[in-house]
Amino acid sequence: MTSTAQSPATEPAPLLDIRSLAISFTTSNGIVNAVQDANLTVLPGETVAIVGESGSGKSTTALAAIGLLPGNGQVSAGQILFDGEDITRASAKRIVELRGNSIGMVPQDPMSNLNPVWKIGFQVRETLKANGQPATDADVARVLGQAGLPDAASRAGQYPHEFSGGMRQRALIAIGLSCSPRLLIADEPTSALDVTVQRQILDHLGTLTREMGTAVLLITHDLGLAAERAQRVVVMYKGRVVESGPALEILRNPRHPYTQRLVKSAPSLASKRIDSVRDRGLELPEGSGTHSGQGSGAPDVIEVRNLTKVFKLRSGLGRHTDFTAVDNMSFSVPRGTTTAVVGESGSGKSTVARMVLNLEKPTSGSILFDGTDVTTLGRKDLFAFRRRVQPIFQDPYGSLDPMYNIFHTIEEPLRVHGIGDAAGRAAKVRRLLDQVALPQSVMRRFPNELSGGQRQRVAVARALALDPEVVICDEAVSALDVLVQAQILNLLAELQADLGLSYLFITHDLAVVRQIADDVCVMQMGKVVETGTTDEVFSKPQQDYTRALLAAIPGAGLELPPEAA
Amino acid sequence: MSKSSRTQEHFVAPVDSDVLPETDAVQDGQAPLSMWGEAWRNLRRRPLFIISALLILLIIAVAAFPQLFTQTPPDGACYLADSNAGPRPGHPLGFTLQGCDVYARLIYGTRASVLVGIITTACVVLLGGTLGALAGYYGGWLDAVIARLGDIFFALPLILGAIIVMQLPMFRENRNIWTVVLTLVVFGWPQIARITRGAVISVRNADFVVASRALGVSRFQALVKHVLPNALAPVIVTATISLGTFIVAEATLSFLGIGLPPDIMSWGNDISAAQTSLRANPAALLWPAGALSVTVLSFIMLGDAVRDALDPKARKL
Repeated sequence: MTSTAQSPATEPAPLLDIRSLAISFTTSNGIVNAVQDANLTVLPGETVAIVGESGSGKSTTALAAIGLLPGNGQVSAGQILFDGEDITRASAKRIVELRGNSIGMVPQDPMSNLNPVWKIGFQVRETLKANGQPATDADVARVLGQAGLPDAASRAGQYPHEFSGGMRQRALIAIGLSCSPRLLIADEPTSALDVTVQRQILDHLGTLTREMGTAVLLITHDLGLAAERAQRVVVMYKGRVVESGPALEILRNPRHPYTQRLVKSAPSLASKRIDSVRDRGLELPEGSGTHSGQGSGAPDVIEVRNLTKVFKLRSGLGRHTDFTAVDNMSFSVPRGTTTAVVGESGSGKSTVARMVLNLEKPTSGSILFDGTDVTTLGRKDLFAFRRRVQPIFQDPYGSLDPMYNIFHTIEEPLRVHGIGDAAGRAAKVRRLLDQVALPQSVMRRFPNELSGGQRQRVAVARALALDPEVVICDEAVSALDVLVQAQILNLLAELQADLGLSYLFITHDLAVVRQIADDVCVMQMGKVVETGTTDEVFSKPQQDYTRALLAAIPGAGLELPPEAA
Repeated sequence: MSKSSRTQEHFVAPVDSDVLPETDAVQDGQAPLSMWGEAWRNLRRRPLFIISALLILLIIAVAAFPQLFTQTPPDGACYLADSNAGPRPGHPLGFTLQGCDVYARLIYGTRASVLVGIITTACVVLLGGTLGALAGYYGGWLDAVIARLGDIFFALPLILGAIIVMQLPMFRENRNIWTVVLTLVVFGWPQIARITRGAVISVRNADFVVASRALGVSRFQALVKHVLPNALAPVIVTATISLGTFIVAEATLSFLGIGLPPDIMSWGNDISAAQTSLRANPAALLWPAGALSVTVLSFIMLGDAVRDALDPKARKL
């Protein structure tokens, strides 16, 4: 995005000027300072991105600018000047006047931000009316059409549930831009969407705001995306602005240690495998690691052949339609390496994970684990199989039982499989905690007392308790902040090198694939589009879909010095 | 892309020494807290909980050891000479129409009321909880059968149904605490079953349940070890509140003459007996009615306090 649209001969007055802003929340545990001493300027027509992890105060800062802090939050110091007018002191009536007409907003989650009982057109018209704009059907269709909704006039008569996620976000953008505001606050506008949709939406948003001369305050957790879309980047950490400046300058020459680490760990900017076993040139013995006795010597620990899963969807009384979630899929996981299955939402990748874990029966095809078909295992063999294949799930808040303390969580698999006596199991739990770099004092803690990254370490420790040969990671790092994500990926790579684990890594994020996988299998609508080694797929993608996915990685086109990449 | 020098300057915050830990620190300060531990810490500070808990402790003490609270034997010491007499030393609440001590009957009547409430609640939670958990966890035809069965009982008003059941010859002829409990359980279980079913459904697909299944835990074991403990909170709240309503239901049935037989002392029976002399001696009716209200209110207040403490939205994550 270049700034050719406006050519400021002299210094333009900033449109939004946040000065030494402090925001505090009154909670049951006392006053919490969410934002401290934040400074931020947005010039007319400029795009500025606030980057930070969850809890860094980035959304709070933006919400304060539109007067939408939650009831227990308040601006405790500083000023928010919009076009020279201090919003923190403005009356409630004045703020309502500003909203929509002068400051628009695109919220984060397209699924929950449209009222499900009103038609899309009605919700757009409501915004137009509230801001004194003409609100005929033609105006509504024009606004929706501008946001890139095809066939806008008839789409306006539909309800939100008839829209896909991308279309809903377009409708929200239409609402946000309907009154031609001078500043648009976009709060993680595409975090809930697939990468290819994200790219389309952001491209369109960029074109629109450039044409209208709207300034954009973009809030994101993705440094790559921020650098690609914004002229200037503000990095926030723990409620403070730690670094701000021109986007590329910050990326190429980060000065604050936090920014430096962020640039180093942002997966969208990284370009090589973390500590691959192959790269180290280690020769892994057959049936490697702790399982020298168990492996039968097959080179592929998991081999999936012609796997198909058909779900029967109910469509009216007594009738079913077939939905093919996984269609004739074949791939293999060589022992001691990582194979990634990549796809967007609805591609069937999680169904594959559940079938390999034997939690779901395939409709046809076979899954060979170490040479035996797991779909036909008897009760006893299945129990033995469970010891050798373990899952790690996406949500570290949901995958640990809140009633179990950490010791019991990690000990459970050992107890279920009757391994060792109480003392032996306790020693094993301690060893596992060491392996995932958690102090032993967490043993008596409960999951709600740990951070997301710590919980995911506990989940890794539990998965490793039975010394499995294969770990199935189902979006195992997707819910984590960038730095924590990098830590967990490093941990997984280390454990693979130490224990000779094989990973089946299910993810939507190609950037993560490049960091962790040796082989890739790209899925689209239940079918395998492309398979190959990670290097092949990234350097010479054969299919259009793979190319589109690769191009959609935010920040992929940015040129960085080698030490940052 | 260059703009003015002022807005394009590269700002770097001063670096705090403690700002960047390599991994998150583990909180070491306080003792570890389970969900129940946290709820307890929260409860201890609620006046509503303290008052209701103290009242309930007192009521249970009275029910268990009535002789500690009165010297007057409740029965056999009624003298018609005292009929409807007012209070006098040793008999602080006066006498009934039959010349029995109101205070002594109040104290000794506590046991039947509280026993019916507690036993009924226990049975309802066991029966309704089990059926609801099975229905919610396994779904399918089992769910359909249990849910419809529950709806049938749910549709019958408790008191109306109880009147009909208690009129059946086998109940009419040997009325005791157990027949009352049985009747109340038959009409009370669907409520708990519904609550349990809903709670189990919301937990059964959680990742930690799938994770435990992948560890080799059997389906039923996962229900007992992971799903049920996490689905318990709303069941406890509902059970506490319905304990109060069961005590009222027993009193109502006894008042109507089809609950506990007259030879078992209970508040309901006393209220029923006192209504004939309401104008002459309202105290004989008001005291057992007051005791009933306070007891029921205590349990409902306790339920409210427990619900607030266990509210997942109020918990820190």
